[in-house]
Amino acid sequence: MWRCGIQVEGSYYPVNDITLTVRDVSKIFNRRIIFENVAFSLSAGESLAITGKNGSGKSTLVKIVCGVLSPTSGTIAYVVNGKILDVEQVKDKIGLVSPYLQLYDEFTGLENLEILSKIRANSVPIGERAGEVLRLVGLWERKNDFLRTYSSGMKQRLKYAFALLHCPPVLILDEPTSNLDAEGIDVVKKIVQEQQKTAILIVATNDKIEADWCQRQMHLGI
Amino acid sequence: MSAFSSTYSLILKDVQSELRTRYALNALLMFVVTAVATILFALRSDQPNSTVLAGMYWVVVFFTAMSGLSRIFVSEEERGTTMTLQLVASPSVVYFGKLLFNTLLTLALIVAVTVLYTIVFSGSFVIKTPSIFFVTVGLGSLGFASAATIIAAIVAKANTRGTLYPVLSFPILIVLLMTVMNATTRALDGEPFSEALGDFQVLVGYFLVMIGGSYLLFDFVWKD
Repeated sequence: MWRCGIQVEGSYYPVNDITLTVRDVSKIFNRRIIFENVAFSLSAGESLAITGKNGSGKSTLVKIVCGVLSPTSGTIAYVVNGKILDVEQVKDKIGLVSPYLQLYDEFTGLENLEILSKIRANSVPIGERAGEVLRLVGLWERKNDFLRTYSSGMKQRLKYAFALLHCPPVLILDEPTSNLDAEGIDVVKKIVQEQQKTAILIVATNDKIEADWCQRQMHLGI
Repeated sequence: MSAFSSTYSLILKDVQSELRTRYALNALLMFVVTAVATILFALRSDQPNSTVLAGMYWVVVFFTAMSGLSRIFVSEEERGTTMTLQLVASPSVVYFGKLLFNTLLTLALIVAVTVLYTIVFSGSFVIKTPSIFFVTVGLGSLGFASAATIIAAIVAKANTRGTLYPVLSFPILIVLLMTVMNATTRALDGEPFSEALGDFQVLVGYFLVMIGGSYLLFDFVWKD
């Protein structure tokens, strides 16, 4: 039985066994080759750091793995409980923290989680879980404040709450500690450690320390 | 069932968001008021005939819609929430959610224009066959929203959003505009309902073609 990657106050949610296979993925923008023939495979409990200089395509690869961008060639496949699924079928089970992903300024922190969870319409109960993840990232006291009143670090923390809300079997972090203070970085480390026990973890970063959180590293570009 | 509840939640999110930010609502209302006021000043005490009135009515609706309906996707793009929606909802949920929200917005816009017209042109804007008018308005809203939604999705990805939207919309909406103007003239002239059946067939056909084409196209527009 799969368990939620983050254990908060003794709560677990059942999720399935999962394997991610990226095979010969290339991306070309306006005739410019961003990267080509990228391949890796990850199973539950494994982690990978994607490193590379600015413009090497780390964020692009993250978007492709999440299913929000199509590769020019190659395939992304997820095997869930022995069943092969394409990325469209598992997209809503992925947790993503990225500078390109924003939440709604006109809603409160809690409203953001509730509304997005309802749109996602998965089977994980939202009520208690929203409280758990908000406490985990240290935003419980500010849960009823509008997002426009949050600092950039608090917004980053809320992105973690959103990413963890549905107990994702795949967690992908792009620039995981940007805008975070020391306390926030500690929270991220804790999340990473917990996630590594049971789920797939991908970290896209330029920071060597963050890359060292993962079991394996893959360098993009020359 | 989950697709329906996702779509419903997305519409609810957009309605709540719109009520809090007035991202499109203010633009629509301001445009309606200024356009109708300009027409009033231009006509002064002249009493336009039903063809002119119907034409001006839909011109106001068209340009107001152009100023507001594109925001449904542009606002997501500008706020950086497009990827968030891409992660939590399938393209079909997003498409139908945005389509229904745009339909609601168009209906609200048409109600506002109709009320203003009835007040301003009380002598000449008299709907003699309400059944034709209401069916035209209903089908016209669906047609406008279906075209506006897919064009908005395309335009949101472009750099020159402001100019591109009306430029793309006009050739696509011209068939719809001509038909709703014709049907509205019939309603103002007091023609029997059966006379407008041909127009309704065109409007239903237009809506179905737009929905079908948009549904097939949206996946590619939304993802890349």
